[in-house]
Amino acid sequence: MTHVEPAPDTTGARVDPDTSPEGSSAVPGGTKRRNNLYTASQWRLMWWRFRKHKLAMVSAIFVVFVYLLVLFAEFFAPFHSSDFDAEYQHAPPQSLHLFEETDDGTRFNPHVKGFDYESDEETWRRTYTTDESEIYPVRPFVHGHEYELFGLITTDIHLFGPTDPDAPMYLFGADRNGRDILSRVIYGTQISMSIGVVGVVLSLVLGIVLGGVSGYFGGWIDSAIQRVIEFVRSLPEIPLWMALAAALPQSWSQVQVYFGITVILSIVGWTTLARVVRGKFFSLREEDFVTAAVLDGVSKPRVIFRHMLPSFTSHIIAAVTLAIPAMILAETALSFLGLGLTEPTVSWGVLLREAQDIPSIAHTPWVLIVPAVAVITTVLALNFLGDGLRDAADPYNK
Amino acid sequence: MLKYIARRLLVMIPTLFAISLASFFIIQLPPGDFLTTYAAGMGAQDNIIAREQLAVLEERYGLDEPFHVQYWRWISNIVCCGDFGQSFEWNQPVSSLIWDRLTLTMLLAVVSTLFTWLVAFLIGTYSAVRQYSLGDYFWTFIGFIGLATPNFLLALVLMYISFRYFGQSVGGLFSPEYQNAPWSLGKAWDLFQHLWIPVVIIATAGAASTIRIMRANLLDELHRPYTTTARAKGMQEWRLIAKYPLRLALNPFISTVGWTIPTLVSGEIIVSVVLDLPTTGPLLLRALSSQDMYLAGSFLMMLGVLTLIGTLLSDILLAWLDPRIQYEKAGRR
Repeated sequence: MTHVEPAPDTTGARVDPDTSPEGSSAVPGGTKRRNNLYTASQWRLMWWRFRKHKLAMVSAIFVVFVYLLVLFAEFFAPFHSSDFDAEYQHAPPQSLHLFEETDDGTRFNPHVKGFDYESDEETWRRTYTTDESEIYPVRPFVHGHEYELFGLITTDIHLFGPTDPDAPMYLFGADRNGRDILSRVIYGTQISMSIGVVGVVLSLVLGIVLGGVSGYFGGWIDSAIQRVIEFVRSLPEIPLWMALAAALPQSWSQVQVYFGITVILSIVGWTTLARVVRGKFFSLREEDFVTAAVLDGVSKPRVIFRHMLPSFTSHIIAAVTLAIPAMILAETALSFLGLGLTEPTVSWGVLLREAQDIPSIAHTPWVLIVPAVAVITTVLALNFLGDGLRDAADPYNK
Repeated sequence: MLKYIARRLLVMIPTLFAISLASFFIIQLPPGDFLTTYAAGMGAQDNIIAREQLAVLEERYGLDEPFHVQYWRWISNIVCCGDFGQSFEWNQPVSSLIWDRLTLTMLLAVVSTLFTWLVAFLIGTYSAVRQYSLGDYFWTFIGFIGLATPNFLLALVLMYISFRYFGQSVGGLFSPEYQNAPWSLGKAWDLFQHLWIPVVIIATAGAASTIRIMRANLLDELHRPYTTTARAKGMQEWRLIAKYPLRLALNPFISTVGWTIPTLVSGEIIVSVVLDLPTTGPLLLRALSSQDMYLAGSFLMMLGVLTLIGTLLSDILLAWLDPRIQYEKAGRR
């Protein structure tokens, strides 16, 4: 097949301070930087380059924040993902009031207000109104339900929440069981974000090994592996994933399904990474420093791991970052179809599955919007971050 | 050129074989099969006729035979007589179920490809010619949003919008009166009216990357010396752009169709499940979950085969458009 990939330019180690972005004197302290430029390490150059990409910087901060949510989900979420309250089915989002109007004037007291509801006799649909008289104070670092952080530290402190743990606080609304959507989205990060990372790690191992073998040895091994890659890539992914996900035994536990899904996603995912690795190997194989190492009688593994691998680690990091959002989207699609994870596991795909028909979107749009915004912003941020990393990955090129 | 096409066709044969083998393998993966579930339901009723029917089915498909025997029986029937086997769930030959749906799927994929191209071509050109303008940023942003939004979500939202504001039901591809009608001009127009929502949804996902490729290619060309020369000669700006850089920038654009087709078919499957279109998606999903193996397997295989043919056509188109492609090398790569 004649796929002409817009491959990243690889002219190799050509230090050209004048065309390097940091070399221009427009940068404050340019002269000093210019002197540093000649001695700066590759990673430092990349950092300088990356820092200039504002959108990527913002995205990086956002991504770090999301992964903090993954690590400390129990702490950030005011409630547990399975805490339900039949009183407040499909309760709409509340607003957080900062000040309370009392008889002695206005005082600072962050709070949410309670609900009143009327049920429609025919449709059983509830109409909620705000009950101005009920006031539930909201404070940072409140005591809520107990949890074990990393399975080690037992605590009940939450970043914020109502001072009364049973008070209704639905800043982003409630779902059909009266569960807090905000908390569920936060818990959902654990599955959705980690499935991307675990899947990418699996793909990376396969991709580096097979792409490396393909690129280093060339010849018939290369063509065989390339045929396999072309074959996998020529299949439409969604039907393939659907078929594989449908093949997961019903009797599997949620953890097994989770790993099953990551393996399924990696079956397609490794091909992209293998292509990047192979392309890099091909271009590096001809470089002088590799020839020099070979002529020095360095062993093959050492040439690969000591000399070649470090020079394209940055490219791999960029490719990995770009592969994660694809995995996240794939998980949501599979779970949405009911082929991936299902309740009681909480992932973004599972949450989106709750809002499948027009009536539920019309009456309770927050059930769809909140997880959707989470997915879109995270995927966007990972894409921008990956783009920034890719641009920075080769600091010696313009 | 002919030699190149012949070589490509030859290379396709093992790939086709691999696709059929993979499809058959995948649908064999789940433990048990449709008949075991079916038999469990029937056995409870102690239905003698059903049991006989079961025995006939088991005999016919050799469900207790080893994998390679079953595969051979399946594939040889397809190759020799176009017999894709029987759908257990529908109790109909698979071939009577899949063709209509596959045709509509392919129609959707082709229309979406054309639409993606049109959009990417217009926006890509605009973004490159007016680089860093407000419009450039705007469209780049929209493209990114399209890239980051799951297809099914977009389908849901558009479905809601058209329901809420246009009062139009968007499920399906035909209005009720044309549902089972034979093909006519009226039916085609009706299809066209329903087609735009899935086409827009499917195209948004593919357009984002294509816009960026188009923009980058055109930007490369716009800074070439020949452009400056033409400009220095006093050539009109739009003529200058249309005459050379645009044509050159189009080549890599077409070459990416090889990856666009699988993406669009994927998008079509999931969008049609959400919108409940009479295409492959919903039926495939059902067949997969009920282990209707010959139906699911035939769908999987035909989707792969059609994608492969699409990729082949695009490669031939590319080779024809760009004489710099070396057929000899391209065949071996």
